[in-house]
Amino acid sequence: MSKGKKDDVTGTETTGHSWDGIEELNTPLPRWWLWTLYLCIIWGIAHTIAYPAWPMISGATKGVLGWSTRANVAAEITAHDAKNAELVTALLATDMETLPASADLNRYAIARGGAVFRSNCSQCHGSGAAGTKGYPNLLDDDWLWGGQMADIEFTVRHGIRNEQDSDARYSQMPAFGEMLEKEEIAAVVEHVVSLSSAEYDANLSATGATVFADNCSACHGEDGLGDRIQGAPNLADAIWLYGGDHETLTNTVVNGQFGIMPAWGPRLTEADIRAVSAYVHSLGGGE
Amino acid sequence: MALIDKHAILEKSPTLLLVASLLVVSVGGIVEIAPLFWLENTIEEVEGVRPYSPLELTGRDIYVREGCYACHSQMIRPMRDEVERYGHYSLAAESMYDHPFQWGSKRTGPDLARVGGRYSDAWHVDHLSDPQSVVPESIMPKYAFLKDTPIEPIHIKALLKTHRFVGVPYSDEQIAEAQSDFRAQADPDADHDALLERYPGAAVANFDGQPELTEMDALVSYLQVLGTMVDFSTFTPDASR
Repeated sequence: MSKGKKDDVTGTETTGHSWDGIEELNTPLPRWWLWTLYLCIIWGIAHTIAYPAWPMISGATKGVLGWSTRANVAAEITAHDAKNAELVTALLATDMETLPASADLNRYAIARGGAVFRSNCSQCHGSGAAGTKGYPNLLDDDWLWGGQMADIEFTVRHGIRNEQDSDARYSQMPAFGEMLEKEEIAAVVEHVVSLSSAEYDANLSATGATVFADNCSACHGEDGLGDRIQGAPNLADAIWLYGGDHETLTNTVVNGQFGIMPAWGPRLTEADIRAVSAYVHSLGGGE
Repeated sequence: MALIDKHAILEKSPTLLLVASLLVVSVGGIVEIAPLFWLENTIEEVEGVRPYSPLELTGRDIYVREGCYACHSQMIRPMRDEVERYGHYSLAAESMYDHPFQWGSKRTGPDLARVGGRYSDAWHVDHLSDPQSVVPESIMPKYAFLKDTPIEPIHIKALLKTHRFVGVPYSDEQIAEAQSDFRAQADPDADHDALLERYPGAAVANFDGQPELTEMDALVSYLQVLGTMVDFSTFTPDASR
């Protein structure tokens, strides 16, 4: 490489490479660019000193700032909890039956419960809590297991027919398909239709009434008004979990239908359980 | 400048240039990758994480096949909003037997890292068959065909062996019993003692409510185990990590 050779026109040093008589100028990098590069390198090294970075034998360097995502999230949650601490303490100390009477605390519980509901319950019961086929509507006053604050709280905490919680509410409608004759099933379905509808076959329904008294009244009651202790639905209103048409009712009688709700006790905090119970209670059907 | 002036030697010999380039690139690789094999804190030791049961592993394959990861992540980040919504932030150990991991990078739908046990089996079947039937505002496609696609554990032993080959500690017993475990998990009337000893905490149920074994059974069994292996009521992760 030839050193110090200068281009005559520009006066700039050349690299010494030459192609067909054309020489390459050795123009230095712009000063501002070079300094930016050096600053970036310095910043990079400083960053690895300040934050966890270099892998060592038994772990990475911790960084002089002591930064940790886990510690950060824990601190953030603690700070947030501290802001609500007063209200949460009050909520935990309140008798749930009297909660609706305490305006401010009740408003907090419902707002908190609404957030819990939207994140955990809305997938089954709907974002507006109106439920869908097989998943109960929580807006009405038709309750399977009871609509008092304590009933709702118990259901949230322990769930229904799940296997994780031994206190879960439990009942199971038998599949009557193997116990009753086809004619009996058709008759009892007609009787169930007659309880809430004006359009039914009176003769068939009368036969069905006997079948109902023999097989169904133990749980659903003589008048089909249901039994909340067993979670047996009221059949005399026009509110249906799976459907009140002949086809769905026949399917329910033949196969027995029931849903499962997980126990939320292990997943939610005590305050969240109370809050979501207050929210559901406030939706319109609370007793 | 003497050494720098000699670059003409490298530039004029392609073989030497190739070898030298490889040397330079491998320095970066060694610095970044090599320590991970010896670092004690690469994966924190956590009690409860076990390899997937044969049925769950099959469900996981269906999850990957259907591209669920394109819309659902399985990685709860350590941020308050995520922890409050989805549960405890994910630990590296919780996906240590995932090949490949399903952390994902996009959430069109919610994170599924802790979806296990959150909803009933029937809800999963309803939701996978027709998501809009339970969540009207959902834009998730329908996967009703899973219910109509029977599966048999034909390749299950090979699948477990493959996972053992890449580092999942399946025992000889687990591989030998793979077919019976596969069937037992979806049959509430079968004897589950051995299955639950091999795969503690596995959900046993006729997941889709149909007599025959379908892809729906496998997928729901996988979804129901997600995020349930570590008991956070007894385990507190080291906050300094």
